[in-house]
Amino acid sequence: MDVYHFSEQPYDEAWSAAEEVDSLRVTLPNRLCDPRGAADVINRRLDEWVLCDELGINVMVNEHHSTATCLSASATIPLAMLARETKRARLLALGFPIANRAEPIRLAEEIAYIDVVSRGRLEIGFVKGAPYEISPANSNPVKITERFWDTHDLILKALTTQDGPFNWESEWHHFRQVNIWPRPYQEPRPEVWVTGGSMATALSVAERGHRFATILGGWNAQKLFDGYRARRLELGHPFPGPDRFGYLVLLGIGRTEEEGHRRLHEVAGYFRTTSIVGEPFVNPPGYMPARANAEWLKRNQLRGRAGDHFPAMTRDGRVLKIGSGFGSGEGVSAADFTDAAIGFTGTPDQVYEQIVALDDHVGGIGNLLLMAHGGAMSHADACDNLTLFATEVLPRLRERDQSEAVARAQERVEAARVASAA
Amino acid sequence: MSDNGQTPFEKLVIDGVTIELARAGEGPTLLFLHSVDGIDPSARWFELLAERFHVIAPWHPGFGHSELPPEFRSVDDLALFYLELARELEIAEATLVGVSFGGWLAAEIAVRSTAPFARLALVDPLGIKIGDRESRDIADIYAMSQEELTAHAYHDPSRRSRDYSTMSERERLAIARSREAYTYFGWRPYMHDPSLRRWLRRIRIPTLVAWGASDRIATPEYGRAYAAAIPDARFELIDGAGHYPHIEQPDRLAELVLEHAGLDAPLPTAG
Repeated sequence: MDVYHFSEQPYDEAWSAAEEVDSLRVTLPNRLCDPRGAADVINRRLDEWVLCDELGINVMVNEHHSTATCLSASATIPLAMLARETKRARLLALGFPIANRAEPIRLAEEIAYIDVVSRGRLEIGFVKGAPYEISPANSNPVKITERFWDTHDLILKALTTQDGPFNWESEWHHFRQVNIWPRPYQEPRPEVWVTGGSMATALSVAERGHRFATILGGWNAQKLFDGYRARRLELGHPFPGPDRFGYLVLLGIGRTEEEGHRRLHEVAGYFRTTSIVGEPFVNPPGYMPARANAEWLKRNQLRGRAGDHFPAMTRDGRVLKIGSGFGSGEGVSAADFTDAAIGFTGTPDQVYEQIVALDDHVGGIGNLLLMAHGGAMSHADACDNLTLFATEVLPRLRERDQSEAVARAQERVEAARVASAA
Repeated sequence: MSDNGQTPFEKLVIDGVTIELARAGEGPTLLFLHSVDGIDPSARWFELLAERFHVIAPWHPGFGHSELPPEFRSVDDLALFYLELARELEIAEATLVGVSFGGWLAAEIAVRSTAPFARLALVDPLGIKIGDRESRDIADIYAMSQEELTAHAYHDPSRRSRDYSTMSERERLAIARSREAYTYFGWRPYMHDPSLRRWLRRIRIPTLVAWGASDRIATPEYGRAYAAAIPDARFELIDGAGHYPHIEQPDRLAELVLEHAGLDAPLPTAG
């Protein structure tokens, strides 16, 4: 099992302003961003990723736009710096919101450059992007999925074509001489990841053989991973191993259970802020299928409502109100996070057991993505969170034999195939 | 519309595209192009127009339950589609009326060809850019709450409370599809075609530009600039109406359209 560390690089100093303006995204004026404070935030987070390199933990970054929840507005920029500052770590962008990116060839060029500088340590992730990313990019929310896959195809072709320029005149992109320099270090190209929370996405990713990651997906991940596995088999490929799957979870680990729980609650500042979005930006028409929007209308809901994200559910079906803005989620206990498999917390032994339980359930996670910093957590706490994990938990995960979990997943998927064929 | 599967709309295939439309009344033909709100044949504006005209009111491709062909990308395609519709339905000497987005469409059609039409009436049309690059001529409805949007669009926002929960599935899907299609065609450039203002001078049939005095989606000032770009267009302000005069002042709007068409006979009184 490989482990990555992720932080959104949040600018928490501006969070209190959200109570007045009702949105941490799109419309929050950037006068609330003190560049000196932003410099502290970004440098500390980069330092934490450099520490990860020493600890044997890989790097994961993302991007969001016009928001105090994430100061990284381009996933390639932090990775370009870390390509030089780290020596061993895999460098994962998860990901690039390619349906919103106007210049896919420029992105392919940046990807190749970072892969070359890091001598083949880059991993590239493509994401549909949250609905509130539509307005900052001013990209049309309608047909976003079609645009996503066309852009994906173009970028991969740009990364893998070695015999001169090619032509691309699609519904979404027009380039007549595509020929990027340098080309990627890894042959034929860096590994591709795609995130998703629906079966439709899981199947699309399976068809392409990419890594599939769920972000705070909880126990539902088993169903999605099994869907992916079944589709691979259906297409005549071997049963996919754990390396095809990623799972993102919050981490709060401590020398005592109490310290671990405190850290988890700090990281969970992410949940308390991520869905504070002005009503009009939550669900632009076309982002969801019309039939889904018709269902919203049935509830007399025309626009979005902050907090519709992350309907976290425990293994026994209890729904946790985690992501509906300030104050929400405060009644959610550390145990609740663990029960919903969206936060691992406590002592190193407890965290290890929680990971194993999830790993067994979903059939082997090859890539554990940890949000070990979030919210207003201090640099010292983030470093200790990572260090404790790396010294006390990571060695055990490295030794862990996942073959039984994989075998059970295989039995489950085969049984479902037999049942559906009957 | 009701849940028993009956609708006031008929299905028709025009140039290979299956659309729904409402047709009613006898008299000279009036082609009505709807706004994002769609078509309600039981509404007073529709009934008033159908008293004197043969009204043809199609749901635009992608809106309501009309099909959106994958190769339709812009209002250009819709405009050419409507010229095909006019040809197939043998529309001639007709009055072309469009409200809001439908007004934009009507203008796009008219700059291409006015052959099927004797006159044009644009009601709070969108579609042109008049201000500088930092001025937003058309309110950004995608950055507003539902409450703000209603306040911008209506003279009397209290008139516009709809209970979606009691509608049929079909009606709700029509609304969701219409919003999606409106967004698809109007997202960028935002609710306008940068070339359209230049070509409005090609409209050489009698044109009425009617504007809700309280419209804050696109203000009467925008409307005056619109009218000024069309040769000899007549501009009329409608008091007590916002962006949708056909909903808020149906009698006054019908009166203006009839007058524009030279049908001055008195209208039935509001019931």
